[in-house]
Amino acid sequence: MATSNTGVEVRLPSAPRGRGLRLGGTRGVDLIAKMLTLVAAVSVLLVTVWLVIELWEQSELSRHAFGFRFLLDRAWDPVFGHFGAMPFVYGTLVTSAVAMLIAIPLGVGAAIFLAELAPRGLSDTLTFLIELLAAVPSVVLGLVGIFVVVPWVRTSFGPFLKDIFGFLPLFQGPIYGVGFLTAGLVLAIMVLPFIVSISREVLLSVPNDLREGALALGSTHWESTWKVVVPTAGTGILGSIFLGLARALGETMAVSMVIGGTPQIAASLFAPGYSIASVIADQFAEATGDLFRQSLVELGLVLFGITVLLHAVARLLVNTTARKAKGAA
Amino acid sequence: MMNRRSLVSLLGLAVCAGLVGLGSLLSPGPSNVSIAEPVPLPSVLINAAGATFPYPIYSKWFSEYHKLHPDVEFNYQSVGSGAGIRQTIDKTVDFGASDGPMNDQQLAEAKQKLGYDILHFPTVLGADVPCYNIPGVTAELKFTPESLSNIYLGKITKWNDPALTGPNPGVKLPNTDIVVVHRSDGSGTTYIWTDYLSKINPAWASKVGRNTSVNWPVGLGGKGNEGVAGLVKETPGAIGYVELIYAIQTHIPYGVVENKAGKFIKADLASVTAAATGAAANMPDDFRVSITNAPGADAYPISSFTWLLIPSHIADATKRDDIKAFLKWMLTDAQQYNEGLDYARLPKAVVAKEMTQINRVQ
Repeated sequence: MATSNTGVEVRLPSAPRGRGLRLGGTRGVDLIAKMLTLVAAVSVLLVTVWLVIELWEQSELSRHAFGFRFLLDRAWDPVFGHFGAMPFVYGTLVTSAVAMLIAIPLGVGAAIFLAELAPRGLSDTLTFLIELLAAVPSVVLGLVGIFVVVPWVRTSFGPFLKDIFGFLPLFQGPIYGVGFLTAGLVLAIMVLPFIVSISREVLLSVPNDLREGALALGSTHWESTWKVVVPTAGTGILGSIFLGLARALGETMAVSMVIGGTPQIAASLFAPGYSIASVIADQFAEATGDLFRQSLVELGLVLFGITVLLHAVARLLVNTTARKAKGAA
Repeated sequence: MMNRRSLVSLLGLAVCAGLVGLGSLLSPGPSNVSIAEPVPLPSVLINAAGATFPYPIYSKWFSEYHKLHPDVEFNYQSVGSGAGIRQTIDKTVDFGASDGPMNDQQLAEAKQKLGYDILHFPTVLGADVPCYNIPGVTAELKFTPESLSNIYLGKITKWNDPALTGPNPGVKLPNTDIVVVHRSDGSGTTYIWTDYLSKINPAWASKVGRNTSVNWPVGLGGKGNEGVAGLVKETPGAIGYVELIYAIQTHIPYGVVENKAGKFIKADLASVTAAATGAAANMPDDFRVSITNAPGADAYPISSFTWLLIPSHIADATKRDDIKAFLKWMLTDAQQYNEGLDYARLPKAVVAKEMTQINRVQ
């Protein structure tokens, strides 16, 4: 696979024509390859544009009925036709934040161990197992959530947090087992393999010269890892984190099974909540009436907006770290 | 690195394969037929979509009917009642199915869009039952309409509330908080439950109302019957509602509910059919009737019909005759399959009334 990749890259449209010719073969092949890849690129773009147009058109009723208040409104009442996105936006962001808070240190730490410290054989085996985790269907993780994580949070982890951090509003109130915290924990499990396997790959691709240079200058193994290798791989690690975040924001099935299905904004992480993706999946099929259905579509539009916004932030972050890395080098 | 020539030939090969694939897609190749077993294709394929609750019995009926009439095949998508109604109005299916009747607005929209009516045919009966998890209590609890509705309104918050201890004299109910569990996904089960609560409690009707999903005053949401049952099982002090069939098949203990006549009734197939019989006396001609809180001494109060939504005008004569024949069979012979799958039978009076409505399908 890697070979064919590099083979195609040689013939990317941006490559100077003369060079492509010199590498042998005819110009016709270049043209075909260019056209085929162009069609692929354009069609992906068209799908995205088409998606936005559809979401926009299909939510017309609800956009007209609620306007921008939709974003700030806390009500979700299918009987009386009053809909707002706020509790769902809150639930999506809070569960994703909990997931990232757990998954980033764990994932990056694991990746550093696997790439820099573990013997190669062990590293490959462990990575394979972690990547298996990524292949577990989310409904299975949701079931694990219901039968393992929920009782554990209710009887052990929740009371433990309450004992230590109970003075914080974040850890007050009754512990049902389902809620923001549990959804965040399940999401963390889902996001981890992405962060670990991509970060490890990026760390492994850091040239050995850098490690050897650092060691030659008298730094310890850990210093060379922490001060040279990790910063060099910083952009890639950030990339893996944002890929994980994208998964957390859009995850539907597992979240809807453990979040508690209650559209509310609560300070406590123990409280039940709801997320955008899961309410759409839960209620779309039985959405009675056009306004209800279109409000769900508008929620989809809001989720798309959040994703775009966070990706813009990610781009900015990646660009600045890349520039910093360049400046340092 | 792969050499240039092999890459070119690979690309060529890929293009050729693509073209061949496309070609075989475009022309119904006779080669396919000769390989496959010569199965006679069904001459009529009838598409239907809608409710998930009756899906097991519908698929049983459709497959049994296909055995009797190999030339007719039904394709039923259990996409949910809301989608079933919409697809019937949009005419993307031959008929629909729903756990809640279409409302007047939807019927008017269908009439205006299609130029003909949509007829409701009750098919089987369903019911909701309250299930609970109270530490130290194994007895079968008795619920009054007041206690159920006030628990779900958040007005009764302790298990030892007088409204609960009153009807359950022999049971020692603890001073624990009640954790209310409801469905988080839209569902016909929720429609039946909220329809019942709306009928027995005016405060519920004005504040919350009835629908496939509502703005719950209190509680946790579980996804599907299994989600609600799981949450109830896992949460001490929890109360939830699940479909009767789900409770029977998964052996979940459930409480009894006081009916309109003042008798405490345990839900089973007979008491659900009794509710339909009680309501059948005042059955409107369009069959859009709610049988929650039905009259009758033996009627279980949280019961409901589920309906097929049949267009009153079907242009394709073959399809029309097949659908009408199927409806007749469904109302008579096919009801024998109900008990095996734990669905309650339709009362005879309702069947007779439906038989005459079949003639309205033109």
